[in-house]
Amino acid sequence: MRTTVLEYDVSKIAELARNGKRLDGRSLDQPREFTLELGMCLNAEASARVRLGETEVLAGIKVGVDKPYPDNPDEGAISCGAELLALAHSEYEAGPPSFDEIEVARVVDRGIRESKAIDFTKLCIKEGESCLIAFMDFYAINADGNLFDAGSLAALASFMTAKLPKLDEKNRIVKHEYNGKIELKRLPLLTTFVKVGGKIMVDPTYLEEKASEARFSVATTEDGYLSAMQKGPGAFTVEEISLMIEKAFVVADTNRKKLLKIVKQ
Amino acid sequence: MSGRPRDDAPDYKKEKKRVDGRKMDELRPLSIKVGVLPNADGSAYLEWGQNKVYAAVFGPREALPKHTQNPMKAVMKVTYRMATFSVPERKQPRPNRRDMEISKVLGEALDKAVFTEQFPNTEIAVFVEVVDSNAGSRVACLTAASCALANAGIPMRDLVAATGIGKAFGELIVDLNKEEEDAPDAVDIPIAIMPNTGEIVLLQMDGLLTKEEWAKLAPMGIKACKAVYEVQKKALQEKFPISELSEANVEAEVAGKDAPAKTESKVVPAKEAKTAPAKADKKEDKKADKAKKVKK
Repeated sequence: MRTTVLEYDVSKIAELARNGKRLDGRSLDQPREFTLELGMCLNAEASARVRLGETEVLAGIKVGVDKPYPDNPDEGAISCGAELLALAHSEYEAGPPSFDEIEVARVVDRGIRESKAIDFTKLCIKEGESCLIAFMDFYAINADGNLFDAGSLAALASFMTAKLPKLDEKNRIVKHEYNGKIELKRLPLLTTFVKVGGKIMVDPTYLEEKASEARFSVATTEDGYLSAMQKGPGAFTVEEISLMIEKAFVVADTNRKKLLKIVKQ
Repeated sequence: MSGRPRDDAPDYKKEKKRVDGRKMDELRPLSIKVGVLPNADGSAYLEWGQNKVYAAVFGPREALPKHTQNPMKAVMKVTYRMATFSVPERKQPRPNRRDMEISKVLGEALDKAVFTEQFPNTEIAVFVEVVDSNAGSRVACLTAASCALANAGIPMRDLVAATGIGKAFGELIVDLNKEEEDAPDAVDIPIAIMPNTGEIVLLQMDGLLTKEEWAKLAPMGIKACKAVYEVQKKALQEKFPISELSEANVEAEVAGKDAPAKTESKVVPAKEAKTAPAKADKKEDKKADKAKKVKK
């Protein structure tokens, strides 16, 4: 099976990396091209399919009405979930959420939430009584590494295009009718790096992740903020982290421009 | 849960046309693409009306844990799931009783079509994921899953072609949509057959039906399944162009005869074909075309 990781693959990737090369011919700081399709799922308030190289994820949003959390009675909420579907890789299994699924969902969630991009008070319907909750869930359809960045792109694109449901006088959702959108003040995007053979590379494939000694993700915004960081396995020096943050702004900027262009169409 | 109040419900006997403009025995638009997921051994993406589903096949591979193994045959393991945003009200992510039941009946349908006895002690894992739905997602999944099995090169007696049949607004119909499924007199019958033998491999029903109505519906279902089968065949032929099949098959095809391997192995594309990159296929096609022209 082509997804079997051979010792050979791993040592080859490390050897190439030491010479500044990668198995698929990219340079170390070159991400894969992505494509984005929007709105294919008609039952969802938003949907986005992202293909990043051979990695494919599908994100969708459903909006529901619920009671606000007692500590923020004047705010609505967002919720981010991720599922690495068994159909995406022979390594994945159907079952209760795995550590990897929970981590990727929470990192994507933090990137968006902590950037203060969404004003949660605008999702409040009546203080202390009812509010809107936007549930974003994304699914790995085919996994070839870097589900963090693919998930982040799909999640952001779906929040940017989500329609809010129309409410009747009793604040219940009117089916198939919409009223307004979720406003985003910033557009945070994750950028993920791995260290292989002592070299740092952006946007790793599945094999590069397998060969990696360390992993790091950072969410950056267009106005110069970091909104989330996550170091995975392994260790980095302070200099390496600073370098990756610098590069993340460049990569995220390019991706953000492309994403904006597609969303505006 | 009726879609609309009873007094303005449509009457199909009078109107001769369905809520979405279809004829009584007309399917919603169906398209299938095979081999869409590079990681899987076989895969398919299917759109059927608003339904959108992915299917992926892994295996035959060692069945684990060991006690799940059957020394006589491969174990067919189907997992049917729906995305949280695939339905009007958000679905809870964990599998519910409906997901489990559908997984079971889909597995039983596919088990009959696959030569499982050729792969003892293994499992054939089939995963189907519904990402958008509007009635009939299980038959959409079954149709996609059988294409994915063929794409994986797993030997099969036949493809499995499925559809919904039933009754709504006073008339017997094929391929119910959500509004029809919610009609006050709705009867919903998912049915799947192996088109070359006519054997029924999936049959469920809910609603109230007379035996006379069933007698009329059954042939409608068979006919609709055969139409689905044509789409499945086309999708597989697109993935494995005819030029890749053996000379004997092509000649028989031209002569209008059934190729010796048509009923069985034609739905089992050669494993070599799967590994050949798609681009190379096209090039070879062109070369072959040119060669033919030169001969002429």
